[in-house]
Amino acid sequence: MNSPAQPLLEVRDLSVHYPGRTTWLFRKGAPKKAVDQISFTVPRGKTVGVVGESGSGKSTTGKAIIKLAPLTSGLILYKGQDIGGLPNHAFKLWRKKIQMIFQDPYNSLNPRADILGILSEPLEIHFPELSEADRKDRCAELLAGVQLSPDFLTRYPHEFSGGQRQRIGIARALAVQPELIICDEPVSALDVSVQAEVVNLLQDLQAKLGLTYLFIGHDLAVIEHVSDHILVMSQGQIVEQGSPAEILGSPREAYTRRLLAAVPKF
Amino acid sequence: MSVPILKVRDLGVTFRTGDRTTIASTEVNFELAAGEVLAVVGESGSGKSVSALALTRLLPPSPSCEINGSIKLNGRELVGLTEGQLSKVRGREIAYIFQEPGTSLNPVYTIGFQIGEAIELHRPEISDRRAAVLAALRDVHIDDPARVADSYPHELSGGMQQRAMIAMALACDPKILVADEPTTALDVTIQQEIMDLLARLRRERGMSIILITHNFGIVANFADHVQVMRKGRIVEHGPTAQVMGDPQHEYTKGLIACIPRLGQRRHRLTTLKDELKVS
Ligand SMILES: Nc1ncnc2c1ncn2[C@@H]1O[C@H](COP(=O)(O)OP(=O)(O)OP(=O)(O)O)[C@@H](O)[C@H]1O
Ligand SMILES: Nc1ncnc2c1ncn2[C@@H]1O[C@H](COP(=O)(O)OP(=O)(O)OP(=O)(O)O)[C@@H](O)[C@H]1O
Ligand SMILES: [Mg+2]
Ligand SMILES: [Mg+2]
Repeated sequence: MNSPAQPLLEVRDLSVHYPGRTTWLFRKGAPKKAVDQISFTVPRGKTVGVVGESGSGKSTTGKAIIKLAPLTSGLILYKGQDIGGLPNHAFKLWRKKIQMIFQDPYNSLNPRADILGILSEPLEIHFPELSEADRKDRCAELLAGVQLSPDFLTRYPHEFSGGQRQRIGIARALAVQPELIICDEPVSALDVSVQAEVVNLLQDLQAKLGLTYLFIGHDLAVIEHVSDHILVMSQGQIVEQGSPAEILGSPREAYTRRLLAAVPKF
Repeated sequence: MSVPILKVRDLGVTFRTGDRTTIASTEVNFELAAGEVLAVVGESGSGKSVSALALTRLLPPSPSCEINGSIKLNGRELVGLTEGQLSKVRGREIAYIFQEPGTSLNPVYTIGFQIGEAIELHRPEISDRRAAVLAALRDVHIDDPARVADSYPHELSGGMQQRAMIAMALACDPKILVADEPTTALDVTIQQEIMDLLARLRRERGMSIILITHNFGIVANFADHVQVMRKGRIVEHGPTAQVMGDPQHEYTKGLIACIPRLGQRRHRLTTLKDELKVS
């Protein structure tokens, strides 16, 4: 079952279609094919980068893997087991192993909980053996990892800057020591120095604990830096994939070429 | 450059929650001319957003949040105005593209309704509002504007929400646009289209832009002046070419050295700690 050749995650023919809505004038809109028949694998301990047009289905792909977007068809194989078809209660067992850093930190943090509460909650569920003091230490350590002061534990989400909130989302994903993290634009709100600290932290954890990342991003320099393999998405499909050298060095698709041409020069 | 339309003197913002006091920004001084693009860069948490929100007091009320100093818009002092007076400044005079679309889009109304509302409020002369909404969405390079107009925010991707918010801010036809990280959720092709659009509006309408960003590529190609913030203060300020080409402050130098560049893959990304010993 755990043969080294088996990828940690394999996505086969995944589609997510949203039904069209009946709108004003009672016209029925066409269904939206947010993700259309995509297949890819994520090897254990590696990072697969995902780039592509805004609205091309990157976040939807990530959400479908953890059942936050409805699967229209396709298989999500985690260590060879199809987790896409599991009912919600059975999927809970996998939720500790697969975490997601959400693109929109503001809407993904409970506004009524302080940061200690937000970071403790997953720890209480998945590591009930920890004492309260140990849990608090662990939370402070998680914050330090993303360059935030332990003083922040008693603050609420609205009392932070955009980049600080984004880092709280990262700390929360790391709290339960997952195997796979779906990182949806995890460093887009950070200045280049803090961004570097966080990316280095993610890479250190990968080297130490063998973490695996699906890393969605728009900054091609960051994607080039973190990725072992890159997927390029456009209109719900993967239009091109390969090593960073292939994709960024000699792109075949017109969209990928346009992307590279649009990187601001300075 | 011509006479400044905005003059900010010794602006400071302090938050108070229970017995905790946070000085989010202090001694912020700058001027903005008509048609000027001022970029604000710096550390995450250094007070960039809060200082910009303070201009029209889009912050919690006193005593939870105190604003000091002076903000003069065309000679008129904004600090101390009533909520009713400030609401007239917001939108038509100073409009915002907020850093997080989730904080400003209303989840219970469609995107089209929300943009339509902004148009109704600020441009009542427009009669065919539906057409204006679709045109506004097309301007920000949404290629299926009808579907997006009829969608609720949660049915859109991050980058589509961001562009919807840009459309909403531009619908106000503001004199000053505060664009707080306006392109973080956009791929570089659309990022370029949006920056081209803002450049055109600045040229055609003389709109001034305060552009808060972590993206130095955008700063270099777009801004006239740059202001660098750290720990609530402006540590460096000057013309873009000067600040980027010959930075004076240690923090600015360090920050520029940390910019990851395509095609120069390294083992580890450079952080300020590697670069220099700034406290
Ligand atoms: N709940 C939903 N109902 C209907 N359509 C949806 C829903 N969620 C997403 N979509 C649509 O699916 C498409 C893909 O969205 P997704 O969020 O995956 O894009 P993305 O690649 O992450 O883009 P971005 O880079 O802008 O974040 C979009 O056209 C979006 O409008
Ligand atoms: N409502 C609030 N109550 C208390 N503190 C706050 C509040 N809003 C912001 N702060 C604090 O004020 C400081 C400045 O925040 P601000 O949002 O201006 O940062 P920023 O420079 O925009 O950072 P980023 O690049 O991460 O968006 C931060 O330390 C933040 O934690
Ligand atoms: Mg997305
Ligand atoms: Mg901010």
